[in-house]
Formats: sequence, C-alpha cells, structure tokens
Amino acid sequence: MSTTMSEAAGLAASDQDELQVESRDTYNYRVVRQFSVMTVVWGVVGMLVGLVIAAQLSWPELNGGISWLTFGRLRPLHTNAVIFAFGGSALFATSYYVVQRTCQARLWGGPLVPFTFWGWQVVIVAAAITLPMGITQSKEYAELEWPIDLLIAAVWVSYALVFFGTIVKRKTPHIYVANWFYGAFILTIAVLHIVNSAAVPVTLGKSYSAYAGVQDAMIQWWYGHNAVGFFLTAGFLGMMYYFIPKQAGRPIYSYRLSIVHFWALIFTYMWAGPHHLHYTALPDWTQSVGMVFSLILLAPSWGGMINGIMTLSGAWHKLRTDPILKFLIVSLSFYGMSTFEGPMMSIKTVNALSHYTDWTIGHVHSGALGWVGMISMGAIYYLIPRLFGRKEMYSVRMIEVHFWIATLGIVLYIASMWIAGVMQGLMWRATNPDGTLVYAFIEAVKATHPYYTMRFFGGLLYLSGMLLMLYNMIMTIRQGRQIVAPIPVSTGRQSVGSAAGVEPVAQS
Amino acid sequence: MADFFHSGWSIFIAAGTLLSILACFIVAWLTSRAKTATSVDGVVESTGHVWDEDLQELNNPLPRWWLYLFYITCLFGVIYLFLYPGLGTFAGSLKWSSSGQYETEVATIDEVAAPLFAGYLAQEIPAVAANQEALAMGERLFLTYCSQCHGSDARGGRSFPNLSDNEWLGTGDPAYIKNTILNGRNAVMPAMAAAIGNTEADLDAVANYVLSMSGSNHDEALAEAGKPKFAVCAACHGPEGQGNPVIGAPNLTDDIWLYGGSLNSVKTAISNGLNNRMPAFGELLGEGKAHVLAAYIWSLSNTSEKVAEVN
Repeated sequence: MSTTMSEAAGLAASDQDELQVESRDTYNYRVVRQFSVMTVVWGVVGMLVGLVIAAQLSWPELNGGISWLTFGRLRPLHTNAVIFAFGGSALFATSYYVVQRTCQARLWGGPLVPFTFWGWQVVIVAAAITLPMGITQSKEYAELEWPIDLLIAAVWVSYALVFFGTIVKRKTPHIYVANWFYGAFILTIAVLHIVNSAAVPVTLGKSYSAYAGVQDAMIQWWYGHNAVGFFLTAGFLGMMYYFIPKQAGRPIYSYRLSIVHFWALIFTYMWAGPHHLHYTALPDWTQSVGMVFSLILLAPSWGGMINGIMTLSGAWHKLRTDPILKFLIVSLSFYGMSTFEGPMMSIKTVNALSHYTDWTIGHVHSGALGWVGMISMGAIYYLIPRLFGRKEMYSVRMIEVHFWIATLGIVLYIASMWIAGVMQGLMWRATNPDGTLVYAFIEAVKATHPYYTMRFFGGLLYLSGMLLMLYNMIMTIRQGRQIVAPIPVSTGRQSVGSAAGVEPVAQS
Repeated sequence: MADFFHSGWSIFIAAGTLLSILACFIVAWLTSRAKTATSVDGVVESTGHVWDEDLQELNNPLPRWWLYLFYITCLFGVIYLFLYPGLGTFAGSLKWSSSGQYETEVATIDEVAAPLFAGYLAQEIPAVAANQEALAMGERLFLTYCSQCHGSDARGGRSFPNLSDNEWLGTGDPAYIKNTILNGRNAVMPAMAAAIGNTEADLDAVANYVLSMSGSNHDEALAEAGKPKFAVCAACHGPEGQGNPVIGAPNLTDDIWLYGGSLNSVKTAISNGLNNRMPAFGELLGEGKAHVLAAYIWSLSNTSEKVAEVN
C-alpha cells in the first residue's frame, strides 16, 4: 500500500469528522446494538433452561410435578432459545454490522430493519410461552406452531430484503466473503423454514404437517440438518470471516480456498439430511446418498477452519494476550473437531452404535458450545465496545476468565457425553449367546447417571461464563454511550489507511 | 423397487448423484490449477481488494493435504455407491440391504439359540423353572419385555397385576401364564351404575359392601344396605365375592386392589366399569421365549420346594 494514499484517506476522513453527520451518511448501529445486547440476554436465558433440564436428568424430581417444567416441554424451549434467540440474535447483530461496514452502505429497508428486531423478539417470547404450554408441531428445531411460523417467515423475508438490499447499494466493487456466507444462510433458511413448516391449521395452537410418513421425516431432516448447516455453520462462518481477520489484524489466508469451500459447503450440505434416518423406513438408497455426501462434506467444512486458523499465521503471539482472539480461534478448533466427528457418525456402521445415544448430544454440544457459542462470544466482545464508544470491554481480564471457564465447561460436557453415549450404544446392543439382551434398558440409564451429573457441572461452568459476560457488558454500556458512526467516503480499492477514517463520533 | 413410480426417477437420482460428486471434484480441481500471484521475493500477494479499512485476502494455494482429502472423499463416494444401494434402483454390487442385514443377524442368533429353545420346549414349564440357566434367561427376557409395565420386581402397579404374589385373576397355572404371554388378555368390567340403582346412595352402599368383603375400612350400615344389590355383581364375582378364574373376574375378598382400594376408586370402578388390556407377545417373542418366560414368571410365586414337588 502506498503511504501517500493512506495519508490522503486519513486526511479526508478527519475533514469529514467535522461535518455535521446526517443519518443517511451513517451506519445503522442502533439495530446492531439491540441485537448484540439481546444475544447476551437470550444466551443467559437459553443456557439456564439447558442447565435446568440437565439437572432434571440427574435429579428427575426437580420438575416438581408441574407439567410446564417437565423435560419434554423445556427441552424444545432450550434448543429454540439457544439456537434461534441466542444464535439468531448473534447472526442478526453481526451480519447487520458486517454487511454495512464491508459494503460502506447504511442498511437498506427503512422500517423493515426495526421490524426484523421487534418481530424476532416477539417470536422468541411467543416460543417461551407456547412451548412450556405443550403447544408444538413435534418437529425437532421446528416446534413452533403455525401462527408463530408465519411471523418467522415475515421476519425472515424482511431480513433477506434488508441484507440483499444493502448488498445492492454497496459502494465497494466486490462482495466480501463474509457476506457470501451470510447471504447463503439467509436465503437457505427462508426456503427450509417455509417448506418444512407447511401445515394444515386446525386451531390457533394445532396444525397437521403437509407431509405424511417417511416423506415427512425426510423433509424434517432435510430441514433439520440444514438448520445445522446453514444457521449454525454458514452463518457463523460469515462471522468468522470478518471478526478473525479484524481481531488478528491479518489478511484472510486464501481467497481461492474460500471460493471452493463456500460452494462445496453450501452445495453438499443440502444432501446430508438422510444420515439422521439411518436404519429406518427411509429407503436404503436415500440413506446411502445422505451418508456419501456427509463424508464429502468433511473437506469443505475444514476449508473454513483452515482459512480462519491460517489467517493467524504471523500473528500467533497475539493468542497469548488477546482473550477475544482466543475465543475466535478455539471456536474454530471445536468447529474442526465436530465437522470431523459428524461425517464419521454418518457412516452407517458407526451410526448403528451412536444413534439415539448421548453421543449425539455430545456431538451437537461440541458444535454448539464450542463453535457457535465461542465464536459469538468473541464477536460480541469485539462489537460491544465499538458500539458503545469504548476502547475495550469494561474488564478484559474478565473475558480471559470467561474463556477458561467456558473451555473447561465444554470439555467436561462433551467428554461425559462421549463416554455415556458409547457406553449406552454398547450396552444396548450387547446380547447373550441365546439372543437375549445382556442389559435391560434401565441398567443403561443407571450407568449413565454419573455422567449426567458431570455434564450438569460442565453446563454450570458454561453458564457462569455467560453471566460474567452479561455483567461485563452491562458495565461497559454504563461507562459508554450510544455512538453514531459515519460512513467513509472513499471506496474499497486500495484505501487502506489509518483507522481515523471511521473513528466513531459521539452522538450529541 | 417400489420407491419409484416411474423408472425415469431412478435414472434422475443416479445421474444427479454422480454428477454432483463430479461437480465437487471439478470445482476443487479447477481452483487448484489457478496460478498463485507472488511478488519478486516469493511472498504471496493479496487479491488487491480491500474492505472496511483493512480487510484483505491473500491468495495462497489450496493446501495439498486438504485437496487430496477432498478428492479421496469424492472417490470413496463413487466406490461406495458402486458397492451399496444408492444410485436409484441399482442395488449395489454387494447386494446389501438394511432389512437383509437385520434378517442375517437374526438368523445367525436363531441358529445358535434354536436347539436351546427346542430343548426347553420339550419340557414341562415347571421342569424348565427348576433349571437355573433357564430362569436366568427368563429374568433377562422379563426385564426387557415385561418390566416396563409389571416392574423390575414383577410387583406391578396400578392397573398392572402383581406377578409375584401367587394371586391370579385367572388360574395361575403355567399353561395359563404362557397363553397370556402369547395371546394377551382383554379385561372388561361393564359399567354397573344403572344395574345397582343409579343413585349416589346405591353406589355408596354397594361400594361399602364390596369393601367389607375383604375387611377393608367401610361403613357397616351402608354395607348392610348394599348387600342385596351385590346380586348383580355376583354373576361374575360370585355370591361371596371370591371371583371366577375362568373369566378372570377378580377375587374381592383378598384385599388386593388392581385399580386402588379407596372408597372412591371402588365407586368409580362400579359406576364406570373398567377396561384393561395386556398385549400379545407371541409374534414378537415366539413360543420358545414365551415358554421360558412363563417358567420364570411362574417361579416367582412358587417356592423352590413347590417347584421340586411339581416336578
């Protein structure tokens, strides 16, 4: 980069600082702030519900005989809260921030923008009321009944309009890689949600799926696996592609790797759903195709991990001192681990052992706590000070503590579930020479009990870290102020220069 | 194969699958061939695009090990689909199917176990009950198939009979037990409200009389009033309330209450009747296992002396 160019850019920007900033010349940070704060709040709520049901598996009497508090009602509340409320808010917050800053354009869509925020919050609150009441479509990760489904569809289409509208009016010549992933995630989730939730309503709280039998199961897991693939993977890879290079201050490792793994990932994920239905009424050929593409998915998944981790080359030393970078990089190692484990579990012979056991729960949580959780925490720790006009979080040391508590919690959680899962699989299939089962079902439950308790403590640690984050966030916000960030006038190419160009201006 | 209502779909699936794997391969291969721009001193250059002040991308070549991993998984996919069913109606060269695998596994075990069960079937149930190995097998079968309703200790629960107390709704002889396992049982007691007079007072009276038969807590005067009305119950339960094993009508004098022994429970039973069902396990277990299971259940309420005596 030429020095004169960057000096010129810096000069132009400092001139601009003195101008009265009008709203159309600024980034919309308001909605980013709203979603960022709610990410932490819903994270605490969702993980607390998770902890409660983990405790119920160890101490079943904890539901107090109240139907609203039983495992079957709270479990979907937990999954919906952590995936769609916590994860969803994190995706909204970061995608809105990233798309604006990498397009040098304010969010398009006017009233659609606040609608996506408030609409999404209404969806979450409606879920928190209806699920404990037992109102459910009985489709995993798509439990919410049709009136809420309609609102989700409306919010999601608005989200797509806002996001792609902003891309269209961008001032940069190229679309940044993070936005490919966010874009793929937004489009695909719209299709998945609308197709899988198609239903015939009976009453306000009851509907019947538009599909029947094994077709219904196949559509459900086409949806279910791609909820993992697009909501929990592609979306968060978008996050990774912005916050890792930003926090590390290093360029992305390989542009062409991002191209191959992007297209291969979004193409291949679509096929993988049938591995949730191995050894069921689903035809054998469908199961085989699902398994084959799940295996092919390994390399495309790892492409993102390589690109993220290698971005750090030349800046490894920063890992020692920067807890935010620790969150981001360790999240990628968990990502790599669970995207290796997933294809292995999709192999029929492995699946015959792992299916229906707590191994699946361990697998999901190495992805959820390790990858999705930690990358979101890293990104939110990056965002909060920038959105509230602070140099850094109230306490950087507290971020460090959070990181270690969370890591320890994840290790306890997944290790106990791995052991429990493999043990259950082996006990269930053990037969005597006469063909009778060696263990009655209840014996496997009994053997699992200590691991459920261990898992509870893993979850307790993870939630404690989240509470620390909430405190840290509140203190940062109390010290900070809501800022307005002007959009720099220069366009992308060769405009690298001092950060002064986009230094936030305090709202007067 | 019934999965396709037209052979065109099979071709569509097969072609779509193979082309998709090929597409994965081609995308990786083409991208890997692109030249890497390096500066004079061999450092990989960025693409020249910049976003948000300082976001840039280098354009390093694809890591070799990663590329080969991708190729290998694609190749594995093609080989797998040649060996196993996946390409539409093509059954795969190994002719494997999940139902075939299940049948093979069952057949393998049956081959080993068949002589064992044949041996037990040749013996009377009490003789089987004297065999410790058979009892151990029976217990495992019980814990797998029966304990969900009757409890691990076979003491049952509300609406699930206790199998360990030697009190039976039917005759309780070994053949009866085996028949119950194989074919299940349906129990129906009709609603008797109308037959005993249809008022709350009638209901109270009969219920108190029923309770009095087993010496349970009851109101003497009401029981006295209920006694004549019990005549309609006697048809099944007998004039003394001792029950009838032939039709499975419970003994009302033994203070064993399958549906609860409180005044309210008894009143509900008389007023609304009862329906109960034990499912048939014949198809699931086969006669050999049912035979061993019957021996185990029979042994629960018969001491080893009794078992020896019968034998």
